[in-house]
Amino acid sequence: MFSRHALLLAAAAIALAGCGSAQVAAAPAEQSPAVAAPALTITDPWVKTAKKGMSAAFGTLVNNTDAEVTIVSGASPLSPKIELHEVVESGGKMIMRPKEGGFDIPAHGTHELRPGGDHIMLMGVAQEVLPGARIPFTLTVKGGKPLEFTAIGKDFAGGKEDYQPGMGHK
Amino acid sequence: MISRRGLIAGGALTAVGALTAPPAQAAVAVEPFHGLHQAGIATPPQAHAVFVGLDLAPDTGKEAVVRLLQLLTDDARRLTQGRPALADTEPELAATAARLTITFGFGPGLFAAVKAESPVAALPSFTIDKLDKRWSGGDLLVQICADDGVTVAHALRMIVKDARAFAKVRWIQRGFQSATRRNLMGQVDGTVQPADLDRAVWIGQGPAWLRGGTTLVLRRIRMSLESWDAADRVAREFTIGRRLDTGAPLTGRAERDEPDYSRLNRLGFPIISEYAHIRRAHVTDPGLRILRRPYNYDEGLTPDGKSDSGLLFASYQADIDRQFVPIQRNLAKGDLLNEWITPVGSAVFAIPPGCAPEGWIGDSLLG
Repeated sequence: MFSRHALLLAAAAIALAGCGSAQVAAAPAEQSPAVAAPALTITDPWVKTAKKGMSAAFGTLVNNTDAEVTIVSGASPLSPKIELHEVVESGGKMIMRPKEGGFDIPAHGTHELRPGGDHIMLMGVAQEVLPGARIPFTLTVKGGKPLEFTAIGKDFAGGKEDYQPGMGHK
Repeated sequence: MISRRGLIAGGALTAVGALTAPPAQAAVAVEPFHGLHQAGIATPPQAHAVFVGLDLAPDTGKEAVVRLLQLLTDDARRLTQGRPALADTEPELAATAARLTITFGFGPGLFAAVKAESPVAALPSFTIDKLDKRWSGGDLLVQICADDGVTVAHALRMIVKDARAFAKVRWIQRGFQSATRRNLMGQVDGTVQPADLDRAVWIGQGPAWLRGGTTLVLRRIRMSLESWDAADRVAREFTIGRRLDTGAPLTGRAERDEPDYSRLNRLGFPIISEYAHIRRAHVTDPGLRILRRPYNYDEGLTPDGKSDSGLLFASYQADIDRQFVPIQRNLAKGDLLNEWITPVGSAVFAIPPGCAPEGWIGDSLLG
């Protein structure tokens, strides 16, 4: 399990850097051949609307490099407490829990974050996430540059798996 | 200021979309979404249509309207190209674009909500009208058309799921049409259309934000098919001024023949009656013609088998007062067809111009 301290540090760094400068990387297909594609991009990022409390962000991570990329933490001004989650079966029920080691994206591969699967979990959302809102996020990459993006608020009925804060026990 | 770039996040990052591209035959039947004009107007009519009139929640202001339009534009941009909407719960249903178009219109209430001057107002009342509130008005119009009914249903569902945080559904009107262009009275409809859309349909003057846009008058016209059954073919053709089999004017042989309104019969009466529908609807200046894109509706039967049928008469024109209203006035005054048809719904919308790949519908007014 990743350190809570590291996560808080990352969040603090984002707060200092200012959140208005969210950057969205262009799709590899739109790059001219001379320019290398960004190492890591995310397509279709969105975040489930919420009045407060819990929410989650989704999208498809795209690794354009020759080596595996690992995301170790996430941050957003939306919530002081963000975890990288997986959904697993436990005792005949689907539950979500922090994913040990974070999200691995294979070389030249993708990793989908979706309701019912891996996702960026937001706890302690203090401000309402409105539909159509643009929420900045930063994902910390092990040994690499962080990925900044803007997720769109979307009303969504699903993604209501039980949350298990610990590891695998109820 | 991340609004433009934010939309790029939704629209341009298609690396994954390319990996899951729809099959080739579906890709062929794709109508472009971006451009100077919105699609779904000059687009050859698709087989199925649904018109939805939405009313904004009372406290909805400009900021919320912008978010709504950005969400709906993003849905339309993806779905019309055969790609799933963002967070699409049934992405497989998006693969068959079937010439899907999604067109947006702004009613007077939307302009009030964003504190802008409305370029459209409800039509004056006409003597023939029996308007029902449940088919009239509306702050925001969404017109969804495709050649596949499942495609229409899926697009409608994705749009409405995004809209319902902002607006209530005021009405929904579903229609269909066939390649024969025949309405449920059996007539060939929409023979005479404007040739020069830049003059007759697309707005080229007035407020800059509306250039390239148009207006829509959507009239729900009930047909009394039970009493129409009692009219014989001669009476039906006399009423319209055209033949039922070919659609030709009573003075001609082919559908596209120019009607001769001055030709008299042996008794000295005009062959095309003074009160025939095509004479009443005739517009001398082609620049003042309206673009008609009518859809039939057929909503079911009463227990004793009477129909609830008619036409969703969608009329697009640059200027409602100069183009639509005079025609409707002429028809209201003396169209023989009024015996069998009754306008029961009426709504007007400004149709904003199309948008660029990084833009959204309405950005010229609200961006």
